[in-house]
Amino acid sequence: MVSDSLVHKSVVIDSSRSAVERLCSRLLEAAAAKDFDGDDIFAIHLALEEALLNAIQHGNKQNTAKQIRVEYFITPAKFEISITDEGPGFNPDSVPDPRAEENLRKCCGRGLLLMRSYMDEVEYNEAGNCVHMVKHKTKAPNAN
Amino acid sequence: MDKIQPKIAVDYYEDATIVTLKDEQILDESEVQALANSLMPLVEEADGINLVIDFGNVKFLTSAVLGLLIRASKKVYESGGQLKLCSINPKIFEIFRITRLDRVFDIYADRSEATQGLNPT
Repeated sequence: MVSDSLVHKSVVIDSSRSAVERLCSRLLEAAAAKDFDGDDIFAIHLALEEALLNAIQHGNKQNTAKQIRVEYFITPAKFEISITDEGPGFNPDSVPDPRAEENLRKCCGRGLLLMRSYMDEVEYNEAGNCVHMVKHKTKAPNAN
Repeated sequence: MDKIQPKIAVDYYEDATIVTLKDEQILDESEVQALANSLMPLVEEADGINLVIDFGNVKFLTSAVLGLLIRASKKVYESGGQLKLCSINPKIFEIFRITRLDRVFDIYADRSEATQGLNPT
């Protein structure tokens, strides 16, 4: 049975792998409880990992003393999350397209493309240190 | 002392070195680094290696792994070898397709297909 209640929480985690693992596990369980299917869970998981790794590596420069603020809102119809790091931000439009021929063999720069491909909405704030992502449930919510 | 966690299994079939990735999920830099520590010596120590990487166990990976594969690929081809990937499940293959790395890597359905037509060392 799918819970109709909304899950809306704000948490702060440190910039560590263990904190990311605990958060991802909690969020994916919450999405599964709202009856998101396996493909949606895979998409949300990938976008979460890429966004949180970006926050740790590029935003907080792997400084474990710096924090990541996460606000999420999960309903039977959509998964919505904002992830804010303590870095100066960046301009997402300045990230080269990793699919371009000249970039295809570069070793990095694909995380943002994957986030945009797997989520329905990906937007950054003006400073570029907060990403807001939305995934609408592919399977229609159960009317029962 | 760090616990030793082998990330790969290595088999040899005729002229091919077949590396099977053992982890179901390969996520962050430390896991990718551990995989690199297992994989890259194989690539760097053998000129002209015919390398097949079997993804049969892998159910989830991040873009950090793609970077490692590109690094490995460059080393293999610089030394006159070949790199083939196989047994990639459909969800993982979609990541290769989105990033267009399905055009960069030679990808085969399984290790039998992947080992056909490899150049002798």
